[in-house]
Amino acid sequence: MTLRHLLLGAGLSALLAPAAFAERGADGHVNLIYYQAPSIMNPYLSGGTKDLEASSLVIEPLVRFNPTGEMVPWLVEEIPTIENGGVAEDMTSITYKLKPGLKWSDGTDFTADDVVFTGQYCMHPEGACAQLARFEGVKEIEALDPQTVKITFTGPKPYPYMPFVTYESPILQKAQFQNCTGTAGPSCSEENFNPIGTGAFKVDEFRPNDVISLSANENYRDPALPHFATMTLKGGGDAAAAARSVLETGEYDYAWNIQLAPEVLAQMISAGKGEAIKTFGTQVERIEVNLTDPSSSLPEGERSTDAHPHPFLSDVRVRRALSMAIDRQLLSDIGYGEAGKPTCNLVPAPAAYASPNTECLTQDIEGAKALLDEAGWVPGSDGVREKDGMRLSLLFQTSTNAVRQDFQSIIKQWWQEIGVETELKNVDGSVFFGSDPGSPDTMHKFYADVEMYANTFPGTDPEQYLAQYTCEKAPDPGNAWQGSNTNRYCDPAYDEMLAELGATADLEERGRLSIALNDMLTKDSMTVLPLVYRGTSSARSNTLGGVNINAWDSGLWNVADWYRVK
Amino acid sequence: MTDATASAPPRHRSQRQEVWRQFRSHKGAMAGLVIFVVILLGVTIGPWLWGLDATLVDIRSRNLGPSLAHPFGTDQLGRDLLARILSGGRVSLAVGLTAMLLSLALGTFVGVVAGFFERLDGALMRLTDLFLALPLLPLLLVMVMLFREPLSRSFGPENGIFLLMVTAIGLTSWMNTARIVRGDVLAIKNREFIMAAKSIGTEPSAMIRRHILPNVLSPILVSATLGIATAIITESSLSFLGLGFPPDFPTWGRLLYDAVDQIQLFPIRVILPGVAIALTVLSVNYIGDGLRDAMDLRARKR
Amino acid sequence: MLTFTIRRLLVAIPTLLFISLIIFLLLDLAPGDPLANMPLTIPPDVRENMRAALGLDQPVWIRYALWLKQFFWVEPLNILDSILGTSLAGDGQRVLSWQTRSPVADIIAQRMPQTLWVVGLAYVVGVLIAIPIGIISAYKQYSVFDQAGTFVSMIGYSVPPFFTGVLVIIIFSVNLGWFPSIYDTTLQVNSWATFKQQLIQMVMPVMVLALQTTAQISRFMRASMLDNLRQDYVRTARAKGLRERTVLMAHVARNSMIPVVTVIALGVPSIFGGAIITEQVFKVNGIGQLMITSIQSNDIPMVQTLTFIFAVLIVLANLIADILYGLLDPRIRYD
Repeated sequence: MTLRHLLLGAGLSALLAPAAFAERGADGHVNLIYYQAPSIMNPYLSGGTKDLEASSLVIEPLVRFNPTGEMVPWLVEEIPTIENGGVAEDMTSITYKLKPGLKWSDGTDFTADDVVFTGQYCMHPEGACAQLARFEGVKEIEALDPQTVKITFTGPKPYPYMPFVTYESPILQKAQFQNCTGTAGPSCSEENFNPIGTGAFKVDEFRPNDVISLSANENYRDPALPHFATMTLKGGGDAAAAARSVLETGEYDYAWNIQLAPEVLAQMISAGKGEAIKTFGTQVERIEVNLTDPSSSLPEGERSTDAHPHPFLSDVRVRRALSMAIDRQLLSDIGYGEAGKPTCNLVPAPAAYASPNTECLTQDIEGAKALLDEAGWVPGSDGVREKDGMRLSLLFQTSTNAVRQDFQSIIKQWWQEIGVETELKNVDGSVFFGSDPGSPDTMHKFYADVEMYANTFPGTDPEQYLAQYTCEKAPDPGNAWQGSNTNRYCDPAYDEMLAELGATADLEERGRLSIALNDMLTKDSMTVLPLVYRGTSSARSNTLGGVNINAWDSGLWNVADWYRVK
Repeated sequence: MTDATASAPPRHRSQRQEVWRQFRSHKGAMAGLVIFVVILLGVTIGPWLWGLDATLVDIRSRNLGPSLAHPFGTDQLGRDLLARILSGGRVSLAVGLTAMLLSLALGTFVGVVAGFFERLDGALMRLTDLFLALPLLPLLLVMVMLFREPLSRSFGPENGIFLLMVTAIGLTSWMNTARIVRGDVLAIKNREFIMAAKSIGTEPSAMIRRHILPNVLSPILVSATLGIATAIITESSLSFLGLGFPPDFPTWGRLLYDAVDQIQLFPIRVILPGVAIALTVLSVNYIGDGLRDAMDLRARKR
Repeated sequence: MLTFTIRRLLVAIPTLLFISLIIFLLLDLAPGDPLANMPLTIPPDVRENMRAALGLDQPVWIRYALWLKQFFWVEPLNILDSILGTSLAGDGQRVLSWQTRSPVADIIAQRMPQTLWVVGLAYVVGVLIAIPIGIISAYKQYSVFDQAGTFVSMIGYSVPPFFTGVLVIIIFSVNLGWFPSIYDTTLQVNSWATFKQQLIQMVMPVMVLALQTTAQISRFMRASMLDNLRQDYVRTARAKGLRERTVLMAHVARNSMIPVVTVIALGVPSIFGGAIITEQVFKVNGIGQLMITSIQSNDIPMVQTLTFIFAVLIVLANLIADILYGLLDPRIRYD
């Protein structure tokens, strides 16, 4: 496998690009547009995808993922495994051999010291590194020699490919950043805007939240690459304008993340100047059900906590009925078109971790009604079901986003058909996804009955993602509402199985356990109602070749191979 | 001087009739009034007459063109566009008019008081500076966070949000009117007829009511016209940000905003709410013109 | 007039300090989180660390005092340093944006040119068109010119820029291909060709913005002219045998300017505030875009600094308006 990837990584340009034998920079200038403008080039100080994408042009990790989700040795000779001796038998350490002869864009040598420094930079106790989770369980990072890096973990690490893997964890140059560790990090704006890297491009001018001008790195490892001499990465505006500048006016060559209504996108493509390209990672749009009582009549501090179970959503039959009333295929078609697929799973990919569960895909309004009847909810005079004087009435919140508001309206209609009354609420994203403990509208506080958003996990291993639903991670006033288990789901069996996953190295067994955990949350308990498996789509002009967007890593991962179609 | 005698109490009733007579002879104003009344009737009894629910999602009839069942077609979720325009107008007009009245009342009050009473001028104008400087969005976020729940609890969710929106827009848009009215009051205060009124011992409150207000009416009416447009658009950006009405609640501004992406595919979705807003603003503008002409005695004599 | 100006300037200092405090408290109270735009995959404890690194774990009054020190002491020293080449500021912490971790002043300086070019030019164009329109419409009230002017300006005002902006892009960029739909902020004007390019890319945003300004100011100008045309002094002036042109321009127009000067003066700070929606639509990325992205990502130091500069401009503009009243109408006295 590693051999194949080595060949693939090195030979990709030869296979794809007709101009591969041309000189570096022969294809002139390329224009990229990101409707969210990058604000910093240092991924350790910002976790935002826009910033990660932009920085991936310049700084690179040791290992990347390719569009099919396989690891590609990027700055190293091969992917370390137990078989090739790169990972210790007891799984407590991993050793990377760097590719020989790599240079930074300033002409100095790229060595193991830089890798060690990057680790120390992120793990600095006062540094507030955004990617610290990637270094969890790391005991020591050492340079055995200038070409070899050894990472030692505090215990056995069945999945050791976290530090220095993917665009979330690229290598910084020690010489440039050594005075920027700890609390000095944020004030190094020159360094954070113009990092020296090993990537295909280097920054000429960085205008935060506006535009980045880049040019080819003269010291890039392949003397024929990149094909483009200069690049402009413009930011700002909205997705429709970005798509229009590529697909209709042809001013730009590539637009990132164009989430638009399918018919609007189709109309833009009909201008014939470019195409939309899509890829699927692990992003799932879902409805999360609150298992605790969010009623505003409860005293502050007890609302949405496990002190009060939800009056009716704690009944699995009600939750199942809500799920049965939804036509996921239709939602996917209306909201995402080609860039969406209906799903019943929280973990939709990679294949080894995805549950075969598809039972939710057929809408069953009659079945949902029967289930509610069985649970004792009978229609009242206005069509809304009642039981013991309680009405089946929900508050449904989500962030502000045209597609989400359309979804809300449709789902409200279906729920109305089965006798459930729904009040809709949308909250600005900067409040909803924020965690200001003073705001009643955050997704973590969850002062509503159901809420909808999308989440994803980086890389290909879902363990940390599934770990979000353990009992101890429920947000409550005790932890300032910080916690990922917004549903307040708590099942000791789930926690036990998750611990088992954490101690298992065998990939097949990990897959089995992940699927079981996924099913516990979805089809068994209906705590999470997955709706749509979402891809990301980008727009590419007909004159830009070599684009191979990637959901597992930066969409610009192979930017060195991009070329001008003549 | 003409003003002083014209507004004497015994002639009050006949004066009102006279204004109305003048107003009726103003063609533009009458046309504006008729259109305005038609729009008002349309949005109040229209939804009831038309009968289709503005929020009813009918997936089978998505993106339909105009037909007998749907004269303006349907939107991307199969909701009837005519029904959405009619009930959207109800909210937009209610918010637009109320917020505009609130902002006018506040602005005129502050402007007249600041211009007329020199001692209060400094403090009031610094208050105006403060409000002009406050960043709108965070201010609204704070208002929504603090007051949304208490208001919905005491007035019901829809009325609660209505009150909140109207107050929010009114409170953040009175400053221009205040500054303009104050400027005018400062200029008028030294005219001969005010001196004359003062010399015969007119009380400050009577002075403001009889002599100052009628003479600063023009900028107030212009502010009113522009204020309605601003309020309708502001409401749409507020609901767009999730600070306003629930997402399935149509309003003109919101319909316009949502349709902008589809401007090439379904131009009617942009044109309809756009025309509705523009017609409302135009009609209010002409009514304002007519009123001003009708109330100005000198214009009448010409 | 001089004592009045000095007195007003002195009063402005405590006023502005008070305004800055109110803004700071407001931003602090507002819900929202500078980390809201980060992926949900960042665990809560890491988020907590990042927040602490921004200084958010400090009490609000300490953060306010720090901002005051940075804004009124460190930043002016830095400006002095860059002019004189000295190093008075030393390594005093400047006001840093949370989003970009770079000095707020640098970013504002970077954004100012495009905002002044586009929004400033649009304002000047708008005012220059509006005043003659207002004068003529009032003088020839209910003529075809007046009716058309009213109609166009009312439509212009009631249709928001998020719509007109997209409309002109579709007409002039997509269908006709005359103007670029995306503004190039890196363009250096150093030759005739680049100057032409700059003009071409400014046409659409300037058009959209000027429409709003023209609509608003021409309405106020027309109303004010109408009021003045009916005053007794106009009849007196005509009776004196003054030329109609002199009556109109020297007497009526001048007296009509008082409310209009207020409107114009109020609009000037908003040039520096940028045009949030229009800048977004045309990707001008000036101060308006900076403001809205900073608000959306709860970049409090940036919002606080921008808003405060804005407050200073508002106070100054209002002071200038008051001085202009006195010049336009000698009867207005401030004592």
